[in-house]
Amino acid sequence: MLRLEKRPTPSRFWSWGTPVLAVALTMIAGGMLFALLGKDPFLAIKTIFWDPLFGEFAWYLRGQLLVKAGPLALIAVGLSLGFRAGIWNIGAEGQYIMGAVFGAAVGLAVYPTESRLIFPVMILAGAFGGWVWAMIPAILKTRFNTNEILVSLMLVYVAETILSKAATGFLRNPEGHGFPGSRSFSNYPAAHNPEIFAGTGMHWGVVAAFIAVIFCYVLLQRHIVGFQIKLAGQAPRAARFAGVDPNRLVVLCLGLSGALAGLAGVFEVSGPAGQISIDFSSGYGFTAIIVAFLGRLNPLGILLASLVMALTYVGGEGASTDLGLPKAAIQAFQGMLLFFLLGADLLSNYRIRFTLIGKETR
Amino acid sequence: MDFMGITPSVLIASLMVASVPIMLAAIGELVVEKAGVLNLGVEGMMIMGAICGFVTAVGTGSPLLGFLGGAAGGAALSVIFALLTQVFLTNQVATGLALTLFGLGLSSLIGQDYVGIKPPATGAIPFGPLRDIPFFGKVFFSHDWMVYASVAIIALVWAGLKFTRAGLILRAVGEGHDAAHALGYKVIRIRVLAILFGGAMAGLGGAYISLVRVPQWTDGITSGAGWIALAIVVFASWKPWRVLIGSYLFGGITVLQLNLQAAGARIPVEYLSMSPYLMTIIVLVIMSSGKGRASLNAPASLGQNFHASR
Repeated sequence: MLRLEKRPTPSRFWSWGTPVLAVALTMIAGGMLFALLGKDPFLAIKTIFWDPLFGEFAWYLRGQLLVKAGPLALIAVGLSLGFRAGIWNIGAEGQYIMGAVFGAAVGLAVYPTESRLIFPVMILAGAFGGWVWAMIPAILKTRFNTNEILVSLMLVYVAETILSKAATGFLRNPEGHGFPGSRSFSNYPAAHNPEIFAGTGMHWGVVAAFIAVIFCYVLLQRHIVGFQIKLAGQAPRAARFAGVDPNRLVVLCLGLSGALAGLAGVFEVSGPAGQISIDFSSGYGFTAIIVAFLGRLNPLGILLASLVMALTYVGGEGASTDLGLPKAAIQAFQGMLLFFLLGADLLSNYRIRFTLIGKETR
Repeated sequence: MDFMGITPSVLIASLMVASVPIMLAAIGELVVEKAGVLNLGVEGMMIMGAICGFVTAVGTGSPLLGFLGGAAGGAALSVIFALLTQVFLTNQVATGLALTLFGLGLSSLIGQDYVGIKPPATGAIPFGPLRDIPFFGKVFFSHDWMVYASVAIIALVWAGLKFTRAGLILRAVGEGHDAAHALGYKVIRIRVLAILFGGAMAGLGGAYISLVRVPQWTDGITSGAGWIALAIVVFASWKPWRVLIGSYLFGGITVLQLNLQAAGARIPVEYLSMSPYLMTIIVLVIMSSGKGRASLNAPASLGQNFHASR
């Protein structure tokens, strides 16, 4: 008979072993899903996980990995701070969209001026946009005790409407013959976020992601605020006795994650996406939730996790063109990964004991 | 009497139809939360219900079987949630989110061959002469059977929670799982059953969207209805009849904004279509402020996992 015994502290081995186990289990379960769809499971898994790294077109796809991993890491690192403190910002997608809209609006407002200041100001505007959007749930939470999960999520739908209004209305390209979508940033050098080294996929958003990871690592490990975040998550009562102001943490965690999501948005719109369009929102804000958990809410882990998740994006696109695997299959695949990850956490928090029926071990 | 081309009786009749999906999902989630479990995967279960119901109805040609299929689809997805949170003791918030992400992906995977097909029609119940009563005939006697069934389900849940022994046990588990365990009730088993019921109701609501409300299949067809259902449970402060009021309120806003769009009101379409979501936020703020009256009524063990150490 199986019995669970709570560990006094989470197992160190399993806290790093579970992500690996979860990825392995997802490959097996995903393979079965693909087999059900009538595709060769081994070929599908190889296309998703192997080809982007070592396949025929790896020289191009490896760069795409960084393009996808950058925004994911940037958003996930911000989210992880809140998740550690028990503050659930689920609306990163909305903050990402608003960051893009704010940043793009600033850039396009001064079109076609050429100045070195434009791009930095756009980035600030993007971070501000994301921050403002995250401040709505934060202030409602601190002032009225409103659930931040539902409010931040509702704001995603509001942000999507604003995005479509931007693409068809106030940011539409005046020379675009009435088609939706803004001017392209790739034809506007002062506001463009180009690849820093051609062919590597390295753009300023990826640099920002690295900086954010280091910043959050230092914050969590070396700063009193990081300690308070961890304390509030693990023992809310103890945190209150220790004088941690929960409202301050809510404003800080939501604001920081919103600003980072906004940054991801503005880097994406001025770089890889290139313009504000109706289908600009790509679900990065939601996938980043999986990335944050896959990286065990640890900044360095998130960096690795964002690369793994980027692999499923890039590989998934390859699988959909080569094997005719539907794009949605990848989304289901990513959701499955989160299931296995959460389930496997049992191993790090509990010990599994085998006991004979009717025989008490103590 | 018309206002800007909007007839009140038609408006009320259509808001009753529009509120059925969120009402069903919310009453299911209410039971789940009364048992002390917070399942944020309502959106995922709804959309699974929507596609499973659609596939079944198209395959069999029977809307009734379609609704049953939808309920089965929602319940099947909730099994994953029950397994993870009740057996593997995972965080309920994170698992609920995973359920939504997975449900959205899986549903569009299943539904890719069903885009553009029309499902068999669910007809209105023939009430005969009752239908011809001015105003009331249109409002009360012009609907399909699911509209009446959803109100009946609310009444059943209300009576079940309030007057039956099973309802009392369910509430005990939600208010204090350790005490309920000490009394000998199977906390895990009761919670799993509640989660399954919540899944089936969400699935039923989803099926109503794809079979009656829209009626066809498109990706992301529920567009946040599951999250609004979660908000309605808070709005209702965990009381069944208030779920009905809350759903009619939200159904009313949805229908009104659609009507205003059609009537060519001078408010831009974008602001109208974001109104249900803004309304949800406003309602949540009103309910949760005021010295936390809504949160006082929340089940005491909500969102906490139970592990029997003895």
